[in-house]
Amino acid sequence: MQFTINGQPYQAEADIRTSLLDLLREHLSLTGSKKGCDHGQCGACTVLVNGRRINACLTLAVMHQDDDIVTIEGLGSPNKLHPLQAAFVKHDGFQCGYCTPGQICSAVGMLDEVEKGWPSHVSATLNDPDFTDEEIRERMSGNICRCSAYPNIVDAIREVADAREPVRAEAAE
Amino acid sequence: MKLFDYAKADSAETAAREGAVADTKFIAGGTNLLDLMKLQVETPARLVDISRLPLNDIEEVDGGGVRIGALVPNSDLAASPIIRERYEVLSRALLAGASGQLRNKASTGGNLLQRTRCYYFYETASRCNKRVPGSGCDAQQGFNRILAILGTSEHCIATHPSDMAVAMRALDATIVTLGSDGEKRRIAIGDFYRLPGDTPDVEHVLRPGELITHIELPAAPAGKQTYRKVRDRASYAFALVSVAGIVAVDGGKIASARLAFGGLGPMPWRDTAVENALVGQAPSDALFTQAADLLLRDARGFGSNDFKIPLARRTLIATLRELTA
Ligand SMILES: Cc1cc2nc3c(=O)[nH]c(=O)nc-3n(C[C@H](O)[C@H](O)[C@H](O)COP(=O)(O)OP(=O)(O)OC[C@H]3O[C@@H](n4cnc5c(N)ncnc54)[C@H](O)[C@@H]3O)c2cc1C
Ligand code: SF4
Ligand code: FES
Ligand code: FES
Repeated sequence: MQFTINGQPYQAEADIRTSLLDLLREHLSLTGSKKGCDHGQCGACTVLVNGRRINACLTLAVMHQDDDIVTIEGLGSPNKLHPLQAAFVKHDGFQCGYCTPGQICSAVGMLDEVEKGWPSHVSATLNDPDFTDEEIRERMSGNICRCSAYPNIVDAIREVADAREPVRAEAAE
Repeated sequence: MKLFDYAKADSAETAAREGAVADTKFIAGGTNLLDLMKLQVETPARLVDISRLPLNDIEEVDGGGVRIGALVPNSDLAASPIIRERYEVLSRALLAGASGQLRNKASTGGNLLQRTRCYYFYETASRCNKRVPGSGCDAQQGFNRILAILGTSEHCIATHPSDMAVAMRALDATIVTLGSDGEKRRIAIGDFYRLPGDTPDVEHVLRPGELITHIELPAAPAGKQTYRKVRDRASYAFALVSVAGIVAVDGGKIASARLAFGGLGPMPWRDTAVENALVGQAPSDALFTQAADLLLRDARGFGSNDFKIPLARRTLIATLRELTA
């Protein structure tokens, strides 16, 4: 099977049953994406496929040979952190760090969804909802943090969102 | 997971033809099927990958309705301008389900066909008539907190877990299919699901290989729309009870009412007796209580889900208050 991951071509020989998550971790040594539950219930495995956040544990690798896959390894590097990675460090958005790659990939996808104007369950109006902290919590509910670093995760995401879209953030005050 | 053969469908026609081969399953988003295959609750010998079929448009149709491709992801459907504008109940139901990641992958067709979350269905060491017909039903004497109070049978008390399907039931959706013989069918959502009876393994009327290609919604009905979901957590949890409601009030009287319920039965539940009792009447708590009595006239709890009877009553009353305020 052939893949494009973080802009690089990869080849792998894997059993047809291999999930995208197991492909990344077990076949390609991209171990940044984590396995928490393997059933779509925790978000630790979140990656970006064609720019959209999905759970890598609930999809087959073979179904993604033509896709553009981005993992935490592709977002930034230790010398050049992605703004969300830097904000998670600054705000202490983790304790053990196990959920963090999934949280960050999820937040990248989530902020794009906000930019597209997608509403959420807590949006008072379906058109142009204000981007409140409650919105961040709802939109990130697919990422469980066993260490319960939630308040700092929200702060980190808030900072990046405000830097990107100061106007929308002000409206939310 | 059991080994399977995998084929990617290049057209709806080939998918429907290949889907009719014994022991074959379609895979769309995979978020329900793979979950169940990992546990060997589902053990198909062949998967036909339909995820790349060009069935992902949302189009307006004559008469003011919309036609939704079976592969439109749940997130895109919820965010679609037409759906937000005219079918708020559907956007709201979708947004109340699962998580951002799952909605990005889950398809419209797959959502309709997702299977129950009954713990004993998931746990292969248990007896479950839905998973292994004739083996028994451990849920009735067990942890049945999340299971049904309406439409149950002595063989199964499972609920259908979808939020989206509840809104679609209130909206009178039609499911459009393509059979393995090339025949197209249109199935009203009210005729699509089956009660468990003595065959709880048979959940809908689709034939082997029959592919859902579209879901059509008629023109949006008059009135206010809402989706109210009650669950154990504020987010990322299935409904204990949910109500999709569309109610129009005219001159102080209820002019029309459509109400569908999640978490109560083996299918998105709708009861025209409840709606008929409301129409032509002035909204009041007494009227809403009467509607709830009607809805729950045959309700039966199984121990840990007894609480759903008063919860359904209160949720319906609160929804009607909201829609007639
Ligand atoms: C942790 C978790 C939480 C969830 N929470 C909720 C929730 O709160 N509310 C809710 O409503 N849902 C919830 N879901 C369920 C989710 O909505 C479903 O898994 C999803 O909608 C299924 O769509 P899919 O495309 O992934 O289906 P798949 O898994 O691909 O398929 C499901 C079934 O449908 C069949 N199928 C798919 N497409 C077609 C078609 N076009 N024609 C014929 N057959 C077809 C498949 O063969 C399979 O049997 C949750 C899921 C998870 C894992
Ligand atoms: S309620 Fe239905 S799904 Fe649950 S164990 Fe009984 S037969 Fe199986
Ligand atoms: S490992 Fe994928 S959601 Fe938990
Ligand atoms: S930091 Fe430990 S699980 Fe989130």
